[in-house]
Amino acid sequence: MSETKLIGNVSRRTILKGSAATTGAALIGGTFPMHFIKNAHAQTFRGDPGSASSVKLGFNVPQTGPYADEGADELRAYQLAVKHINGEGDGGMLNTMKPLELKGNGILGKKVEFVTGDTQTKSDAARASAKRMIEKDNVAMVTGGSSSGVAIAVQGLCQEMGVIFMAGLTHSNDTTGKDKKRYGFRHFFNAYMSGQAIAPVLLDEYGNERRAYHLTADYTWGWTQEESIKAATENIGWETVNTVRTPVGAGDFSQYITPVLNSGADVLILNHYGKDMVNSLTQAVQFGLRDKQVNGKNFEIVVPLYSRLMAQGAGEAAKGILGTTNWHWSLTDAGSQAFVKSFGQEYGFPPSQAAHTCYVQTLLYANACEMAGTFAPWEVIKQLEGFEFDGAGNGPTLYRAEDHQCFKDVLVVRGKENPQSNFDLLEVVKNVPRAQVEYPADMFGGELGPYQV
Amino acid sequence: MDAIFLQILNGLDKGGAYALIALGLTLVFGTLGVVNFAHGAIFMMGAFCAVTLEKLLTLSVKVKDESVTFFDAYKETPYLELWFGDTGTAIIDWSVPLSIILAVPVMLLIGIVMERSLIRYFYKRPHAEQILVTFGLAIVLQELVKAAFGANPIPQGAPDIVSGSAAVGAIFGLGEAVVYPWWRLIYLAFSLITIGLVFSFLHFTTYGMVVRAGMADRETVELLGINIERRFTIVFGIAAVVAGLAGVMYTPVLPPDYHLGMDFLVLSFVVVVVGGMGSLPGAVAAGFLLGILQSFSSMTEVKDIFPGIDQIIIYLVAVVILLTRPRGLLGRRGVMES
Repeated sequence: MSETKLIGNVSRRTILKGSAATTGAALIGGTFPMHFIKNAHAQTFRGDPGSASSVKLGFNVPQTGPYADEGADELRAYQLAVKHINGEGDGGMLNTMKPLELKGNGILGKKVEFVTGDTQTKSDAARASAKRMIEKDNVAMVTGGSSSGVAIAVQGLCQEMGVIFMAGLTHSNDTTGKDKKRYGFRHFFNAYMSGQAIAPVLLDEYGNERRAYHLTADYTWGWTQEESIKAATENIGWETVNTVRTPVGAGDFSQYITPVLNSGADVLILNHYGKDMVNSLTQAVQFGLRDKQVNGKNFEIVVPLYSRLMAQGAGEAAKGILGTTNWHWSLTDAGSQAFVKSFGQEYGFPPSQAAHTCYVQTLLYANACEMAGTFAPWEVIKQLEGFEFDGAGNGPTLYRAEDHQCFKDVLVVRGKENPQSNFDLLEVVKNVPRAQVEYPADMFGGELGPYQV
Repeated sequence: MDAIFLQILNGLDKGGAYALIALGLTLVFGTLGVVNFAHGAIFMMGAFCAVTLEKLLTLSVKVKDESVTFFDAYKETPYLELWFGDTGTAIIDWSVPLSIILAVPVMLLIGIVMERSLIRYFYKRPHAEQILVTFGLAIVLQELVKAAFGANPIPQGAPDIVSGSAAVGAIFGLGEAVVYPWWRLIYLAFSLITIGLVFSFLHFTTYGMVVRAGMADRETVELLGINIERRFTIVFGIAAVVAGLAGVMYTPVLPPDYHLGMDFLVLSFVVVVVGGMGSLPGAVAAGFLLGILQSFSSMTEVKDIFPGIDQIIIYLVAVVILLTRPRGLLGRRGVMES
C-alpha cells in the first residue's frame, strides 16, 4: 500500500515539476529509481522488520519437560523486559543500566512484540522451534533456554541463519569456548568461573587437605564443569579420588552414591543441575553423607552450580551446602533492586537467576540495536562486542569481543539454615570480583565465524 | 565386600519399586489382556496423593514478611501447628505414612473409573490401539498434575525418626561405615509385604481363586455363571492401589514430579517382559533381578571394564531374553511365542 503511494507521489511530483522525465519513463518501464529508496544498497537480512511498526523477538524457553518451571520464570522475565522496553510499567533496569540508549519507545521506534517456543530441553525440539520463529515469524532475535546442550544447538542454527541468539541459562564452557559463534552471546557465567570463584571459599571453609569425589551429568555442561572444578580444587591442594558420569535424568542415584561411602573421599561434588541435582543431593543426604566423618573431617557436599529453584526442590537437604550462582535477588545494588521490585510487583515473588539473565539479555540486545541504528545483525553484533555496562546487577560488566562471554562478579552462596521467607533460601557468602574469574579469550579454543552469512 | 553388600541393598530397594509397578501391569495384562501404558501415571498419582495430603496438612496462615521490602511476601505457619502445637507438628511429620490411608480409596476409585470409563472399550481392540489410548491417557494425567503442582520436584520428608541411616554394616559384621537409609529399608519391607498380600489374596481367597481361574480360562468361568468382568474391574482397581502405594512410599526416596511415572514405566515394562507377560512371580523375580543388575552395573569396577554398561544393562537383558526365551523367565508357554 505504502509503496504504491510512494510511487504515486513520486510520479506526481516528478510530473508536476517536469524535471525528471527520465525517471518517469523508467517508472513506466517498471524500473524503480534507486536513488529514491533509503539504504538502497543495504543488504537484506532475516528478521528485518522493514517498514512495519513493530519488531518481533523469539523467546525459546522450556515450557514442558524437567526445566519447565525455569522456562516459565524466563518467560515472565522476557514479558517484563518487553513491557519496559515499550515504555510500560516502572521501567525496571532501564532506570539503572548505563550506558543505555533505550528511550522506552520500543526499539528504534518500533514496538516490541514476541513469539514463544518450547525447547522441551531437547536440542532437536529447540532447533525446530527456533527455526519456525525465524522462518515463519520473522523474528529479529532468538533468546532463551535452560541447558547448554540446547544453547549450543540453537546457537549453531542461528549462526547458519544469520539471526542473533542471546543465550539464556547455559553454564558450559563450550558455549563461548569451542562452540562459540559470531551470532551467539552469553550473559550467564560459566563453569570455569564457578571453579575460580568457589575454590578460595572451599579452601577457607574446608582446608587444603581434602579428597573429592565427583558425580557428573553425562553431557557437555557436566563434562566442562567437572573439568573446571577439578582443576580449581586441585589447585588449592585437593585430591580427586574419582569422577563418575551419571546419565541425565537418572532419578535414583543411590547406586552412584553408595560407592562414595567407602571411597575414602571426604567431599562429594555434584556436577548436576535441576531435577538431577535435587535428587542426587537429597539422596546423598539420606545416605548419611553429611553426618559422616572421614579422615577426621566432616564429610561435605558441594554443588558448584546452585539456584534458588533447586534449593526449593531439595528442601532440608540444601541447607548449609555451598555453590555458585550468577545472581541472587537479595543483592542490594540499584539494578538488582529495580529488577526485583518490578518483577515482585508483577508476579508476587522474586525472580530466579534464569529470569535475571534473560531480562538483561533482552535489554542488551535492544540497546545494541538502538546504538547501531539498525536491526542488521552484523551491525548489532559490533555494538555488543566489547560493550561495557553497569547497573544490571553484577557490577561493571564486559561483553568480551573475542568470545562473546560476559565478565562480571560471581556469587558464592550457601543454602540458608533458617530461612526467613519462602524465597529466602540462599545466603550470599562472597561476592567474587570479576578480576578473579577472568581468563584468556583463547583458553577454550573455538572460532566465532563470519559477521555476514 | 562392603560395596557389593550395599549394591545388593540398592538393587533390592529399586527392584521393590519395579516389582510393585510390574506386578500391577502384569496383573492387568493377565486378567484383562490390556497393555496399560498409563500404569506409570498411576504410580505418579499415588506419589501425588502424598503431596496433596502434605499440602492439606500444611495449609498455613500467611503473615506478611516484613524482611522483604520490594514486594508483598508472606511467611507461613501451618494451621495444624497453631491449633495443636507439637501434636500438629508430629502429624505433619508423619504425612507420608498417613497418605497411605488417603491413597487406598483414592487409587481404587481412580483405577475403577479409569477401567469403566475408558479401558473397557479397548478389551477387544489390538494391543497397538490399547497402547496408544493408555499412553495418551498417561500424558493427559501427567499434564493435569503439572498444571496443578508445577514441573519442579516437590520434596517429601520421611518422618524424623526414620530419616537417618541404619548401621546395617554392624548387624552383618561389615563395619560401622556401612550404613543404609532407614526409609529405603522400610520401602523394601513394605514392597515385600505388599507383594505377599497380593499373592495371598490371589491364592488363598475364593475371590482371588476365581480371578486366577478367569485368567486361565475366562469362558469356562463365565459359563459357570460368574460375572468375571466385574471381578476384573476390581483387579484393575487393586493394581492401581498397589502402584499408588508404591508411589506414596517412594516420595521420600525421590521427590516426585509429574514425570515420575514415565521414568518408571519403560523399566517396568522391561521387567514384565523379562519376567513373562502375565506372570506374577515372574514380575516380582524380574523386578528384583533387574534392580540388582542395574546397581551392580553402575559400580566403578564394572564400568571400567564395560563403559556405559549401567545405562544399557536392562535393555541388554531384555534383548537376550526376547531372543532366547520370548515368553520370559516364568511366562506361560505360548505367550509372546508363535
